[in-house]
Amino acid sequence: MGASSSTESNLMASLQRNLSKIVVAPSFAASLFFVYGFIIWTAWMAFSKSRMMPVYDWAGLRQYERLWQMERWHVAIENLLIFGGLFIVICLVLGCLLAVLLDQRIRAEGVLRTVFLYPMALSFIVTGTVWKWILNPGLGLEKMMHDLGWASFKFDWLVNSDFAIYTVVIAAVWQASGFVMAMFLAALRGVDQDIIRAAYMDGASLPRIYFGIIIPSIRPVFLSAIVVLAHLAVKSFDLVIALTGGGPGYSSDLPATFMYTMAFQRNQLGVSAASAMMMLATVMAIIVPYLYSELRGGKKNG
Amino acid sequence: MKLSKSILAASVGIAALASASLAHAEPTAEVLHWWTSGGEAKAVAALKKDFEEHGGKWQDSPVAGGAGDAAMTVLRSRVLSGDAPSAVQLKGPAIQEWAEQGALANLDDVAKKENWDEVIPKRIQDIMKYEGDYVAVPVNIHRVNWIWSNPELLAKVGAKEGPKTWEEFNALAEKLKAAGITPLAHGGQPWQDATIFETVVLGMGGPEFFQKALVDLDEDALKSDTMKKVFDEMRTIRGYVDPDFPGRDWNLATAMVMNGKAAMQIMGDWAKGEFLAAGKVPGKDFLCSATPADNGNGFLFNTDSFAMFKVDGEDKVEGQKLLAELIVGKKFQKTFNLLKGSIPARTGVSLDDFDECAKKSAADMEADQKTGGFLPSMAHGMALPGHLSGAIVDVVTAHFNSDMSSDEAVSRLTEAVELAKD
Repeated sequence: MGASSSTESNLMASLQRNLSKIVVAPSFAASLFFVYGFIIWTAWMAFSKSRMMPVYDWAGLRQYERLWQMERWHVAIENLLIFGGLFIVICLVLGCLLAVLLDQRIRAEGVLRTVFLYPMALSFIVTGTVWKWILNPGLGLEKMMHDLGWASFKFDWLVNSDFAIYTVVIAAVWQASGFVMAMFLAALRGVDQDIIRAAYMDGASLPRIYFGIIIPSIRPVFLSAIVVLAHLAVKSFDLVIALTGGGPGYSSDLPATFMYTMAFQRNQLGVSAASAMMMLATVMAIIVPYLYSELRGGKKNG
Repeated sequence: MKLSKSILAASVGIAALASASLAHAEPTAEVLHWWTSGGEAKAVAALKKDFEEHGGKWQDSPVAGGAGDAAMTVLRSRVLSGDAPSAVQLKGPAIQEWAEQGALANLDDVAKKENWDEVIPKRIQDIMKYEGDYVAVPVNIHRVNWIWSNPELLAKVGAKEGPKTWEEFNALAEKLKAAGITPLAHGGQPWQDATIFETVVLGMGGPEFFQKALVDLDEDALKSDTMKKVFDEMRTIRGYVDPDFPGRDWNLATAMVMNGKAAMQIMGDWAKGEFLAAGKVPGKDFLCSATPADNGNGFLFNTDSFAMFKVDGEDKVEGQKLLAELIVGKKFQKTFNLLKGSIPARTGVSLDDFDECAKKSAADMEADQKTGGFLPSMAHGMALPGHLSGAIVDVVTAHFNSDMSSDEAVSRLTEAVELAKD
């Protein structure tokens, strides 16, 4: 009797000790399989001769060669650079500016904060569709200006293959800058007020205080914002599909839409897998230095 | 007492099972398709009804969206997991690609019984066969190279019918433009750009050139002067569409012709369905004419078909055979094509109930079959497998939506095709 109760308590104790591990295990196993397993599988596909169905014949680097010979892939990469660069920079500048302005203890701050943050609650499909209507020359902004009597007004970026990608930037910035603002606002509120007061005492102007003290002290938030925005940019797919459909032609294609087209419309699984690996490499190039600096920074502090 | 009751229950259960398995011997077919809207859905319902009247059990598996992309994704996963549907809506060379994977069933028994070799046009047979065996059945023939025009707007510049040559087309378009009318309604999606492109290739180069360039992918034809002229004409046509065309759906472009906002549209005869659905009468409210032909007529076809996948079980195999027989049968071909706006994919179907445009389509098809002008459409995936036609469509749409020169377009075309081939 006594022996069995002691095993029972042993069991309870070990259960209590390992409860967190047991609870986490299924999701750990699932992500191991569905994320890392499929990454490995995709990497393998990129080295195979797969066309319509996955086959496992070795093709070496042929799929990557073909990928980089494709004009359309170059357009997609170029668009990613334009879109990613502008999207990140504008979002940071706009988000930071909004946060600083909201930080001035103004009235109705709560309302304004909600207004700016709200776009993030919409899906990219909705954003894309709405902006498509606004930017369509025969339907939205341009027509409205013409109807108001401004006949020479011209804004046809959506239907101009040289500028279509910039309309994607507009819509994406509209959606994400409020989120960046929220991140910055939280950081600004966390800055030590004593230092700011001390700077006031020394007669520093408000811009000086921001540029000299506050913004440098929230540097880690910049880094987090850049990481979040960069991976949003690399994986953006639905926005382009809803806004331009990759068009006119394929002039606003991004790597993600390219990959989808190759895999599901062109029966080019191999090339598609190769492009997916290139996207993964891009994200890794952003994330790994970030993680490295975070981990190293953590050690330094600890 | 209790025991005997449970024995009774068990025996009833066994009997029920036995009768259920007997009942399962009826022909069964699971049909995967993406005909989920309007006339298409009605057309599928007609087939279902026919199938059930012949004692079959129909399992409907519609996958909406993405013009079949979504359905193809479902199909791929089903085949990989060893649970293929009996019949799948598949088109053109995609049938061959699936057959190469060894996934398709042989229909030669039914073909012999129903005499398909006689009643189905040769060119369509080639698409339905893999290594000489039937693996798929055609349901319709759409003609792609049509011009749909608004007679009122044409009359304003003194024209009574669609243009016969591309020169006439350009002249007519200039006149319309001068009169303040948008000459061509166009939706700027890659496949629509490609639709115009292939009709220009057919019109300017003639059927033989079309065959060489867009079916055989002959390098000399692809970089010939004729091809350059085709791209020149594409640039000219670009000047005849309204500025808001990118991304527009084809049916919205059709509506522009219907409402008098544009004079013409180059589109396959599914556009006719839009006119008819709006209560318009062919010949009176709208005109149909073949696209301009400088070098002999031609007929670009787009055929929908069902491929039969390898399935296990007597009932399923029987179901496939019955389904195939019914699809090629005269009754279904007539009801279906009346609803879909296309023409039957076999001979011997009475065309009395069809409209004027369909009758013209059937007559042209017969004439063009004799002269070799009956050709598979590239833009609609009949002539080439997806990766090859995709490479061509990319170049065509990039040229149409930019300032690319014809010379550059031609050299890119040859490069893209070479790259996609290997």
